[in-house]
Amino acid sequence: MPEPVPARVDIQRAIREAIVAGLVAFGILLPLIGLQTTVNIRNELVLNPRPYLLAVMVAFVVGISLLMSLVVHPLAARRAAARTEGASIKAAETRARIARIAAPFALGFAFMFPVIVIAFGGLAGSVKWIDNFGIQILIYIMLGLGLNIVVGLAGLLDLGYVAFYAVGAYSYALLAKTFGFSFWMLLPLAGILAAFWGILLGFPVLRLRGDYLAIVTLAFGEIIRLVLINWVDLTGGYAGISGIPRPTFFGIPFNANDDGFAAVFGLEFSPVYRTIFFYYLILCLVLLTAFVTWRLRRLPIGRAWEALREDEIACRALGIDTTKTKLSAFAIGAMFGGFGGSFFAARQGFISPESFTFMESAMILAIVVLGGMGSQAGVAIAAILMIGGTEYLRELDFLKSVFGSQFDPTHYRMLLFGLGMVLIMIWKPRGLISTRDPTAFLHEKKTIAAKFVKEGRG
Amino acid sequence: MEVFVQQLINGITLGSIYGLIAIGYTMVFGIIGMVNFAHGDVFMVSAFVALITVLVLSTVLGISSIFLTLFVVLIVGMLITSLLSWAIERVAYRPLRGSFRLAPLISAIGMSIFLMNFVQVAQGPRNKSIPPMVTDVFVLMDSGNYTVTLSYRQLIIWGVTALLLAAFWYLVAKTPLGRAQRATEQDPKMAALLGVDVDRTISLTFVIGAALAAVAGTMYLMYYGVVSFADGFVPGIKAFTAAVLGGIGSLPGAVIGGLLIGLIETFWSAYFSIDYKDVAAFSILAIVLIFLPQGLLGRPEVEKV
Repeated sequence: MPEPVPARVDIQRAIREAIVAGLVAFGILLPLIGLQTTVNIRNELVLNPRPYLLAVMVAFVVGISLLMSLVVHPLAARRAAARTEGASIKAAETRARIARIAAPFALGFAFMFPVIVIAFGGLAGSVKWIDNFGIQILIYIMLGLGLNIVVGLAGLLDLGYVAFYAVGAYSYALLAKTFGFSFWMLLPLAGILAAFWGILLGFPVLRLRGDYLAIVTLAFGEIIRLVLINWVDLTGGYAGISGIPRPTFFGIPFNANDDGFAAVFGLEFSPVYRTIFFYYLILCLVLLTAFVTWRLRRLPIGRAWEALREDEIACRALGIDTTKTKLSAFAIGAMFGGFGGSFFAARQGFISPESFTFMESAMILAIVVLGGMGSQAGVAIAAILMIGGTEYLRELDFLKSVFGSQFDPTHYRMLLFGLGMVLIMIWKPRGLISTRDPTAFLHEKKTIAAKFVKEGRG
Repeated sequence: MEVFVQQLINGITLGSIYGLIAIGYTMVFGIIGMVNFAHGDVFMVSAFVALITVLVLSTVLGISSIFLTLFVVLIVGMLITSLLSWAIERVAYRPLRGSFRLAPLISAIGMSIFLMNFVQVAQGPRNKSIPPMVTDVFVLMDSGNYTVTLSYRQLIIWGVTALLLAAFWYLVAKTPLGRAQRATEQDPKMAALLGVDVDRTISLTFVIGAALAAVAGTMYLMYYGVVSFADGFVPGIKAFTAAVLGGIGSLPGAVIGGLLIGLIETFWSAYFSIDYKDVAAFSILAIVLIFLPQGLLGRPEVEKV
């Protein structure tokens, strides 16, 4: 146990650091912020100096530096000194208890979400909220849960997960358009095709581990995207595929016709019914994914995944077939990605390679890692924070009155996303939920701190 | 034959740029074992710094001498990019050293997204182009319907790359800093015990990598005359491919890998399909990592229990 160190605030050092930070910020921002390049009427680049913005930003950096060294670091040091191993385990157990109580409420809220939104916003206004927040977040939870099998459970770092999402989406779009198959038939088929691709891409990378595996999967993801762009005959290239058939409610389409959903049930036609249908559809898919993953963790295959994550060599020594273990993780993870993809295609009615860039993979991986690898609740919390948070920027119109009418908060979406990734990693390198329920235990079930769980090098 | 020679010239030029970026990847991976995902975006920022410096020199100060411009742009670009890379290491990577192994990679991906979008917000999403700086060319071969040319621009790129690589080689092989770097690479704890300031050495590694990326950024701007905020990702991956191909951790390997990737890309574009040139680069990455993970000049990694 470390000796408790009295936290002391060193003002001189703080000021010195702030000055250095200010100078560095000035140096970096002088060209990037201080001089904006704009195109003039004659189509030439000209410089547009912005001294005030530069000054504000440098002052901001100095302020942050002072805040860090005068307030945040001493507080963190004091807390670290006060914390003991037993206390942190106890705190983790308390959190686990809270989580057990909160989980049914969260689930109930997820089921009631459309009702609550409609109760507050009326039928017409609620489409946006259910679609942009509910469905969007649930899609990412679904993808996060799928990737969680590969990264969180089996410890295989996959940066090209979006490829399986793309396979699912294009499978649905092409098969539905060409052969007229229904959504309910294609959903499992898209999952199977994606799983097949998971095995296909997993096979060559069996020997790789860690960062190398990450980079190769990134390369595979990019190759699939580039093929989608360039194979114009099949995929339509950049233009994508539009007019993808929408799923029906047990054969009843969501349209304004006499045999449409609204007419059959004697309701006034509104696009919100389709949105609500999609919401519950993806919610069911998410719950299915969560349930399957939860059960798999308790099956021999799930234990083999976690053993693989902990130590591949020991795993092999114990007679676990690592090839089968890895490929099954890739395949099942990819399958859920495929489900997500076919749902995405059905919901959008239009897909193009733009939706399957590396940025998507990075976002899904970020959700898994920020949530705390292997933790399903963590994935949900991270998705709500990161996707909900960045979506919420669209709603912040009042900022226009602060920063002027030119200001568009949505431009800052990915900027804040990247910054959020860095900050959460510095703050909690093991993710937001950093405790695990071990699957195997002796006599008594205990919660352990995540630092006892290895990240795996597989 | 003419096409071949022309593509050879173009490939070497492109390869020098990749090689310069690849050194940053390979050094950082060698010393702290992480893929510095933001390195490609540091390269992109350096191209923007070069663009802005060129504009300041030409429109504000009215300097027209090419060599003076190039010299100033290189110095300014290297300084500011080094500063940026130093700050990134300090803020985003150093707190995570010795932590959970995936944490620095995620932090680096976050930093990459941040840098890309920061430049987009700060400088606008459009492509930025400048008028070509040096337009003279040598005609090497002329067969009537195809002319093989070697432009001054390409010559400058070759010259600057060779000069800086020599300086860099001297720095790593002959100076105390280089010794400290190699010692830290072998065993950071032992190096620290022997009086090497490990933190400072790692910082300087990032700084040197960024300075070479800044040279690459300047060359890129001079060669293509256009840069956009998204230009960091693909060259970054290709440079990483180069580093892996040459054997990650090996400095001559990075340069050789860069040249090979540049040549493969130009020949692929010329003889097969320009649409699939990135597919070629990514496929090489996958193939090399799967079948030759130690690269051309790297040491094989020994698996320890």
